[in-house]
Amino acid sequence: MGSTITEKILAAHAGLDRVEPGQIINARIDLALANDITAPLAIKAFRNMGADKVFDPNKIALVPDHFMPAKDIQSAAQCAMMRDFASEQSITHFFEIGRMGIEHVLLPENGLVGPGDLVVGADSHTCTYGALGAFSTGVGSTDLAAAMALGETWLRVPESLRLEYTGTLPPWVGGKDLILATIGKIGVEGGRYMAMEFVGPAIADLSLDGRFTMANMAVEAGAKNGIFHVDAKTEEYLDRHLARDYAQYDSYLSDPDAAYVREMTFDVSGMEPQVAFPHLPSNVRPLSRVGEVALDQVVIGSCTNGRMEDMEIAASILAGRKTHPRVRLIIIPGSQAIFADMIRKGYMEIFLEAEAVVSPATCGPCLGGYMGILAAGERALATTNRNFVGRMGHPESEVYLAGPAVAAASAVAGRIAGPDDL
Amino acid sequence: MILKGKAWRYGRNVDTDVIIPARYLNVSEPAELAKHCLEDLDPGFACGVHPGDIIVAEENFGSGSSREHAPVAIKAAGVSCVIAKSFARIFYRNAINIGLPILECPEAVEGIGLGDEVRVDLAGGRIENLATGAIFQAQPFPEFMRRLIDLGGLEEYVRERLGKE
Repeated sequence: MGSTITEKILAAHAGLDRVEPGQIINARIDLALANDITAPLAIKAFRNMGADKVFDPNKIALVPDHFMPAKDIQSAAQCAMMRDFASEQSITHFFEIGRMGIEHVLLPENGLVGPGDLVVGADSHTCTYGALGAFSTGVGSTDLAAAMALGETWLRVPESLRLEYTGTLPPWVGGKDLILATIGKIGVEGGRYMAMEFVGPAIADLSLDGRFTMANMAVEAGAKNGIFHVDAKTEEYLDRHLARDYAQYDSYLSDPDAAYVREMTFDVSGMEPQVAFPHLPSNVRPLSRVGEVALDQVVIGSCTNGRMEDMEIAASILAGRKTHPRVRLIIIPGSQAIFADMIRKGYMEIFLEAEAVVSPATCGPCLGGYMGILAAGERALATTNRNFVGRMGHPESEVYLAGPAVAAASAVAGRIAGPDDL
Repeated sequence: MILKGKAWRYGRNVDTDVIIPARYLNVSEPAELAKHCLEDLDPGFACGVHPGDIIVAEENFGSGSSREHAPVAIKAAGVSCVIAKSFARIFYRNAINIGLPILECPEAVEGIGLGDEVRVDLAGGRIENLATGAIFQAQPFPEFMRRLIDLGGLEEYVRERLGKE
């Protein structure tokens, strides 16, 4: 019996020849991540453990992205605690604002994750790095503290779910639509505790930015990790971003006879852009069945869809158009580098002329932090990942999820719409 | 350990955003978080909960964000135990790591109503609805997790590991 890519990475990090689903292992980690919300609790736990030194100051990333630049005094204090810890422990990868970005956009961009790596992060969307053929998963602050102290973590080897995508991607359909359609099908616990492995010809056609989007939302199906095989596109991305070798083990592919708990196939050829209705990411409808939904706000950004391709799609739709007078359009590039690229390529001018507001990189409104909080009764469409009750503000506000094409078109239309409706 | 309290009854997919909304995540003091526990789902919870009370919920309790503030808020609010049909995986780890007792038991969830007095024998995973007399048996934990639970959480485990090394 062969192994899945997830099992191979876990076995390699546990010093074992092979692992089986359900087995509990102690695995060596290559990178531990925390942000300004989760790091303060992790630092307290680290001290309570009696630890004085992190296992390796080069293998920890601290990213103040959620409430930074500081939205209030308490947030400033939490970030100061993180900054002091980074300095005390000589942590190499502390990203001050100005060099900062949304953690899951920033880390791959800075070459901190490669195929075959094992990453744990005190943020549920840490599963994003599976796009590069890494095993990466979200944990809480105490787990992160243990990882910082020991350089290892305990993991239950997940069962794998094989999701195959066939056919050709229609215009305006991308990674966000594929993952929303998948979650719509399997539900918010359809992948609970599992590895979601994304394969097939439509995946081979998908850009790395689209794959990051898909892996990012694996957690919305309850999964432990999302993962992709390494192909020529991955290698091309790694050549541009990763400064080190990544040949740590033989193969970045699952064996043909690997065992899966479930296999599903999606034909993407006839797929429409997808929209998730409040208040679950699984509450998905194709665009043609959305009906008339008027909007107060549109947000384009986040660790899900704040990458260059997302900005490019938004710019192509917003060029020469104006945001609907009733709508507030907020665009948030995922990193400082993407912000710079947006200026270089002329997207900033397009966005400003379209009367969008452009924010520095931050998680901001996605989790209801700041930079676009909703009042009671308000309705937003966002390229973010969650539409739970109160996620973007008041518990009586509503969030709809979609990809950048629907978001940009909806900002212009003043209601949920696709680019072809304009 | 024997736990006893009244049941607070909730549905499926109780996410960590409603357990503790992000607008309160600019602090991490447990007592402060407890004041807003479950605020967006049940505004009466934080002021009505009594020490020892038990949360009983359907599938996928604690889904969404990895924020450990969620189990911290529940524990600091005085809740002695969460019983659910299933837990989201990060919440499950977090609860064990910080010493908030959790039990998976679909039958108990079916057999416990809002306000029922519940008695839990944690070591044996035995759940008794004192209002009806019904007795339920929770899923046992794998051996490694048992050890973490017996130690009182992950901090103690790491302290031991660091002491040995």
